[in-house]
Amino acid sequence: MNMKILVPTKRVPDTDQKIRIRPDGSGIDEENLPYVVNPFDAIAVEEALRIRENSNDEVEVLAVGIGSDDYERELRTSLAIGADRAMLIECAAALDSWNVARILSVIVQREQADLVLMGKQAVDDDSNQAGQFLAALLDWPQATFASKLDFTENGLRVARETDAGIETVVVRLPAVVTTDLRLNEPRYASLPNILRARKKTIERLEFQQLGLEIEPRIQLLHMEVLSTGRNCIRVSGVDELVVRLRDEAKVI
Amino acid sequence: MRILVVAEHDTEVLRSGTRSAVAFANSVAAQTDGEVECLVIGHRIASVAKEAASISKVLCLDSESLTAPVADRYARVIADVTIQRKIDLVVAASTSYAKDVVGRAAGLLGGSMASDVVGHTVQDDKLVLRRPMFAGAVTATVTLIGHPQIITIRGSAYEPAVASVDESEIITVDIDESSLPNHISFEKIETRSSHRPDVTESRIVVSGGRAIKNSDDFERLVGGLADQLGGATGSSRALVDAGITPNDFQVGQTGKIVAPELYIAMGISGAVQHLAGMKNSKVIVAINNDPDAPMFEVADYGLVGDLYELVPQLIEKLHAE
Ligand SMILES: Cc1cc2nc3c(=O)[nH]c(=O)nc-3n(C[C@H](O)[C@H](O)[C@H](O)COP(=O)(O)OP(=O)(O)OC[C@H]3O[C@@H](n4cnc5c(N)ncnc54)[C@H](O)[C@@H]3O)c2cc1C
Repeated sequence: MNMKILVPTKRVPDTDQKIRIRPDGSGIDEENLPYVVNPFDAIAVEEALRIRENSNDEVEVLAVGIGSDDYERELRTSLAIGADRAMLIECAAALDSWNVARILSVIVQREQADLVLMGKQAVDDDSNQAGQFLAALLDWPQATFASKLDFTENGLRVARETDAGIETVVVRLPAVVTTDLRLNEPRYASLPNILRARKKTIERLEFQQLGLEIEPRIQLLHMEVLSTGRNCIRVSGVDELVVRLRDEAKVI
Repeated sequence: MRILVVAEHDTEVLRSGTRSAVAFANSVAAQTDGEVECLVIGHRIASVAKEAASISKVLCLDSESLTAPVADRYARVIADVTIQRKIDLVVAASTSYAKDVVGRAAGLLGGSMASDVVGHTVQDDKLVLRRPMFAGAVTATVTLIGHPQIITIRGSAYEPAVASVDESEIITVDIDESSLPNHISFEKIETRSSHRPDVTESRIVVSGGRAIKNSDDFERLVGGLADQLGGATGSSRALVDAGITPNDFQVGQTGKIVAPELYIAMGISGAVQHLAGMKNSKVIVAINNDPDAPMFEVADYGLVGDLYELVPQLIEKLHAE
């Protein structure tokens, strides 16, 4: 089956970085903050590439980003590891999950994608909503938190990581699948491929061209960093630990 | 506000997060002159509906077509009930079920959704919510725009609603089964059979990290200590990735969020993604051979040394008492 896989990707602060807040609490301090492709989205790109590599048919992998010019660098990473195309929807405003899903639903329809593979959550706002919203807007089936994918006659068999254990569902295509961490381990781009990706064009669309108005759904009032540090009492050994837990903390 | 709590259950008992969601809903209702209903969906769920009626008025939707909790059907049902009953606020505990199903329902209802709420106030009849971002490094204060609003709350942040002596009313809701979507088929769920409680439902959680070399050691050290204390076993992502523990043991930003009375972290370094899942525990114990491990910064009690020596001693000592 020839197939087009659309992979939405988000640019997020590097997960190894310490996040700081602007003094007025209006947002995070972005100065000198390195950015990466959201780790879950990188897994989605990797999975799309593997589907293409394991298929005898034409599979096209399209990476989509929404954001400012700064986003080009991370989109090129997707090209460097093998995405066929990359598209930037230019939009300066910070978007909530609802507006991301609305924009994506238009792109998915324009591109007539058969499968959307995306991260289960972006590790900046940690909302875990966009995939589900997109599936609802498109009226497509969804399989969230995927840890294994297999194509079958009836569609896509997905192993899902749930709180109770691994659940298996089969979704008919077209569908939205969101990825969990154990689906795969993304490859690294080789230097020649990174250089080659620099020359590829990134398709650009202005958000206004999609005929949508932003409909804000969540308003940020304030951000703060709460201190979680505790005064750790270093105990001398197992005996002291048991006494303290029993007589001082009274938890055992 | 008219509030709908979406219950989560295994057809026999309610998950404890649902009780916390009811408590949250009751608190908002009290401040807005509102009303709370608890929606129980599934098949053969009479006993869960009865249990829910001990904490809330219940809407019960029992249908064979809802045997498995597939997202497209369940989301449609939740959205339809929300509209029919003129609900202003839909609430659920933040679990993999709610993220999947209630998230999709929110998409059908216009997308005014806040996930993982850990605190709230009501100001001029408007909800002001607090929720973690960036793996819990940041706490954001937000409000939602639009109607209805959908919220998932962290069970660990709200004390569960207590059962009252009088049972509330159970209203049976009917749906047009033929209108439900049918594009997701459920095949199976592999649940682990364990004599130990789930990490989110236990007073005490003992967790192991990369320092634990294999499944036997995990069972002997982490399992052994958990059994001695009557607790649950959890782990860092490192052990899940290594195949030593199942995925539903994972505590953290992308795993389960816990806040037990006692959390014992052994051989876990304390990456922010792990801390995001446990740093609000009441008492935290860190056992680590690296005196500078970040886990000690969030711990109340620290024991520096080799867990392979210390934990057997600890089990022995507790056993002797
Ligand atoms: C997007 C993303 C999401 C993530 N989500 C999660 C999540 O939900 N949960 C999670 O846990 N992680 C998550 N991680 C991974 C996280 O960043 C860390 O890699 C992980 O938590 C490390 O696990 P660990 O502490 O067991 O291992 P390590 O960091 O390797 O720590 C092992 C510790 O054991 C100690 N040790 C070694 N030997 C002994 C011994 N004999 N006795 C005592 N101590 C010993 C060491 O000193 C060290 O501190 C995520 C990462 C990313 C990028």
